[in-house]
Amino acid sequence: MVINLKNGFAEAGNATLFIVRFFREAVKPPYEIKEFIRQCYIIGYKSMPLVAITGFIMGLVLTIQSRPTLAEFGAESWLPGMVALSLIREIAPVITALICAGKISSGIGAELGSMKVTEQIDAMEVSAINPYKYLVVTRVLATTLMVPLLVVFADGIGILGGYVGVNIHSDVTMYRYFSQVLSSLDFLDIVPATIKTFFFGFFIGLIGCYKGFTAANGTESVGKAANSAVVTASLAIFIIDMMAVQLTDLFF
Amino acid sequence: MIQVETNTIKQKVADHLNPEINTIVAPVINIKGLYKSFGKNTDILKGVDLTVKKGENLVVLGKSGSGKSVLIKCLVGLVNADKGELKVFDTDITNLDSQQLNAIRVRIGFLFQNSALYDSMTVRENLLFPLKRHSKKITAKEAEHSVNEALESVGLKEAIDKMPSELSGGMRKRIGLARTLILRPEIILYDEPTTGLDTMTSREISELILSIQKKYKTTSIIITHDMACAKLTGDRLVILKDGVMVAEGSYASLESSDDAWVRSFFI
Repeated sequence: MVINLKNGFAEAGNATLFIVRFFREAVKPPYEIKEFIRQCYIIGYKSMPLVAITGFIMGLVLTIQSRPTLAEFGAESWLPGMVALSLIREIAPVITALICAGKISSGIGAELGSMKVTEQIDAMEVSAINPYKYLVVTRVLATTLMVPLLVVFADGIGILGGYVGVNIHSDVTMYRYFSQVLSSLDFLDIVPATIKTFFFGFFIGLIGCYKGFTAANGTESVGKAANSAVVTASLAIFIIDMMAVQLTDLFF
Repeated sequence: MIQVETNTIKQKVADHLNPEINTIVAPVINIKGLYKSFGKNTDILKGVDLTVKKGENLVVLGKSGSGKSVLIKCLVGLVNADKGELKVFDTDITNLDSQQLNAIRVRIGFLFQNSALYDSMTVRENLLFPLKRHSKKITAKEAEHSVNEALESVGLKEAIDKMPSELSGGMRKRIGLARTLILRPEIILYDEPTTGLDTMTSREISELILSIQKKYKTTSIIITHDMACAKLTGDRLVILKDGVMVAEGSYASLESSDDAWVRSFFI
């Protein structure tokens, strides 16, 4: 028990130092622009098909599931607005972030973990190249920028999925559907929900990098790093979401 | 832990170095009383004293866990020593900041046991990666020339566009060596360069180490269990036992040592 507590504190201390180092290295030149762009491409562009499919299904399923309840109250016309609000405020950010935790955080954890095990990180260090700047800073910045963009993309595709869902049982034109969607949305629905996605992205990247960078020697640790990255990042997403909702509720 | 009486089996042999090395006074590596431990009761290095002269090929032998790899990792700051003096190019590297340490590191090449090639990069990119970071003003043509030259030195020019996963163990070692050569290091540290290779390939790598030393006038420390490699490449051999240097001399002198444990390496 005491040992577990001690290890827990040591882990928290190391993670804090890792975050502090990130901010220190991120502002210090030279900047790895090329690698940052490459990571944006890998993390952002290559995740688009997965996010598109899940986003579409989210919108479609949410519409189909909500219709009977709204129909009971004769409020079917609220369907587009309700779907858009649910997607933008909560469902799309959280589900997309969880997908990114599964795809990106585990990928980073496994990649850096295997680089650590095969001494590639040491090889960078002995070549007088800062591996933290090259591997960690670029990936964390890329996830911080790309996850919000992926969420916005999922929002759009999800609303489109909602349009298909609405038209399964009725006949609504696209113009009318999107007019209803836009009229039901407010500034406060979009901005706080988007801000929290930057934090999702930051922690998805950071946790993946931390788990990979601190992987122990041996191939087994690569799997552990990837697994631990997904679990920790998913948990972090829910904690951040809870805090964001509380803060939004408090201030807006 | 057995405390080895260093002086009882330590052998000083005067004729082990070639005349050229003996004429150079300043050593490029000077280690005095180097200690390193990982946690309690896990002392890895227990007061290692070692000098390596310019142009010398020093082979470090010892059983697994005797501290050989830790010793060379201390030389490039991958592992921080607990105590002792560690002078490389006459600079004590134990108290340097990262910028000062990097200035030393670019003058040292390190060939890792498994080559440590960057998996996501082609051979060309593996070589260009350190080069472009340390030669900011280099043109694309000059960089390409340097890459070709380094690959030519290891006899693998045709592998330039291959991915590391497409290379055999021996090829990976050669490319790893080419990557260390690209920055023209003055010292090359080899961590078990022939481990996991067949006899023929091991011999090729050993010959390559020798030819590179002659071509680039490098100083080398070679960690190995491969006695054929040690015989072929070593001007001088040292043996580590439980973190202490217990024997030193030429291959021939250690082979005929009075100490049975030292001789056991040569059987």
